Amino acid sequence: MDFLTPTVQKAMLTATWETIEMVLISGVVTVVIGLLLGILLHVTGKGGLMPVRWLNVVLSGIIVNITRSIPFAILMVALIPFAVIVVGTSLGPIAASVSLTIGTIPFFARLVETALRDVSSGKVDAALVMGSTKMQVIRKVMVPEAMPGIVAAVTTTVVTLIGYSAMAGLVGGGGLGRMAYTYGYTRYNPEIMLMTIIIIVVMVQVVQIIGDVIARKVDHR
Amino acid sequence: MITVRDLRKVYRQGSNDVVALGGVSLEVPTGKIHGIVGHSGAGKSTLVRCLTLLDQPTSGTVSVNGKELTNVSADELRDARRRIGMVFQHANLFDSRTTEQNVGYPLELTGTPKKEIAAKVAELLELVGLAKFAKAYPSQLSGGQRQRVGIARALATDPDVLLCDEPTSALDPKTTDEILELVKKLRDRLNITVLIITHEMHVVKQACDSVSLLEGGFIVEHGDIASVITNAEGRLAHTLLPLPGDAPRSAGAGTILDLLYTGDQATEPVISAVSRTFNIDVNVLAGSVEQLSDQQYAHLRIQLPVDADVEAITNYLKSNGIAVTVKGTK
Repeated sequence: MDFLTPTVQKAMLTATWETIEMVLISGVVTVVIGLLLGILLHVTGKGGLMPVRWLNVVLSGIIVNITRSIPFAILMVALIPFAVIVVGTSLGPIAASVSLTIGTIPFFARLVETALRDVSSGKVDAALVMGSTKMQVIRKVMVPEAMPGIVAAVTTTVVTLIGYSAMAGLVGGGGLGRMAYTYGYTRYNPEIMLMTIIIIVVMVQVVQIIGDVIARKVDHR
Repeated sequence: MITVRDLRKVYRQGSNDVVALGGVSLEVPTGKIHGIVGHSGAGKSTLVRCLTLLDQPTSGTVSVNGKELTNVSADELRDARRRIGMVFQHANLFDSRTTEQNVGYPLELTGTPKKEIAAKVAELLELVGLAKFAKAYPSQLSGGQRQRVGIARALATDPDVLLCDEPTSALDPKTTDEILELVKKLRDRLNITVLIITHEMHVVKQACDSVSLLEGGFIVEHGDIASVITNAEGRLAHTLLPLPGDAPRSAGAGTILDLLYTGDQATEPVISAVSRTFNIDVNVLAGSVEQLSDQQYAHLRIQLPVDADVEAITNYLKSNGIAVTVKGTK
């Protein structure tokens, strides 16, 4: 383990933390906004709880589909000026979180929409017949009933974010992606390359295991 | 009491109008169980959705105890819906909630205090015989138990009307009878009006006081069980009390009569009375005799000898309150 000089150790720790920071910030924002967007996509859709055709077309057809069709590597670079406006800099994990969030919100929203669509219309009818308001149907029936699917969607999204964060590292975001590139690629240090890969694999495994445990806890079907 | 007046529902499908309900009127008095039967496509589902205002009827009114549900604001409709408890074919319980949380759901909506909800839920679960399963999730219950939870949930708001949409169609025969017994018990206990929509004649026979036959969006026949069963011209009599499938249409020479009768006459030995009075031999070709809600009903196919005075015998039977149809002479 002689490649682990104190400098490398410190850089590795910083990089790991930066990755976690990016994933946490963009993960939390994605889940909050994406959940709302996913619910909106579902309820405004055809046959939904409150169909609003124009809104659904704008959200689904324009915003979600266009954002999702842009490859993340391009979207990320394209959004650098936007990150400057939002956080005042184009460098560092916080700036990277801006493009990460925008890149994953539509992805997560679609997964939420799918999870909500799996809630049988009979349950929604039952809730309405019992005198629920539309908000109560969403809050007390649709979201809780779709929870196993939503938890799985969060897990998939966080795993995707870990992958995207490595890409974001290359354009100034820092983190393990940057580490692998500078030490592993440009300085040709295969040990450090391998180590960053191991750390990322472990991170993904941990997220997946935690996600599966929670999904099992909330799934009473 | 639930009153439906000239309920119509017309769907637009492309450029044509599809009439799903052509003007349905019915009235079920408080404390009675009324069945609405019909084949698939008769308009049963549309009727249910219009009764609960899940679909807005094109015209007509639905009222519960004189209070109209149609033509009210969204807020009033939510309150009005709480006067109708609904039981679904597949129970439609919430999988994320335990039995007690499912039953308590309608009460949660109006912000009922937790203690009150708990007391009401315990009482309801006791009533449907599921007190032991309060903490179980729907996936841990059998189909019949799930339907009991569905019934308890429907009763949580102390509704005036219990609307059951194919409540037993997904259950086996034994469980079906248990659920129907429960519905009858609840009707007796709570004096609630029950409307059961079903395609199963068995349900009508087991539980209903009166019945309507829905066909092509219209009620084509209705009445209490005793009157529809003895109406030889009606269609319900033959579906409620059918002769065995291979009932012979003739056995040698003679006149064939179909007899439909109920209650008092069914206990009288009509056949031997005819034999004695007219001094003839009567041949019973087929028959079904059933006991429905403490009343006996019979549907017999008999054959009279060639030389019998058919008119006199028919009149004799009719004067005894028996519906007679002459099926033909051979």
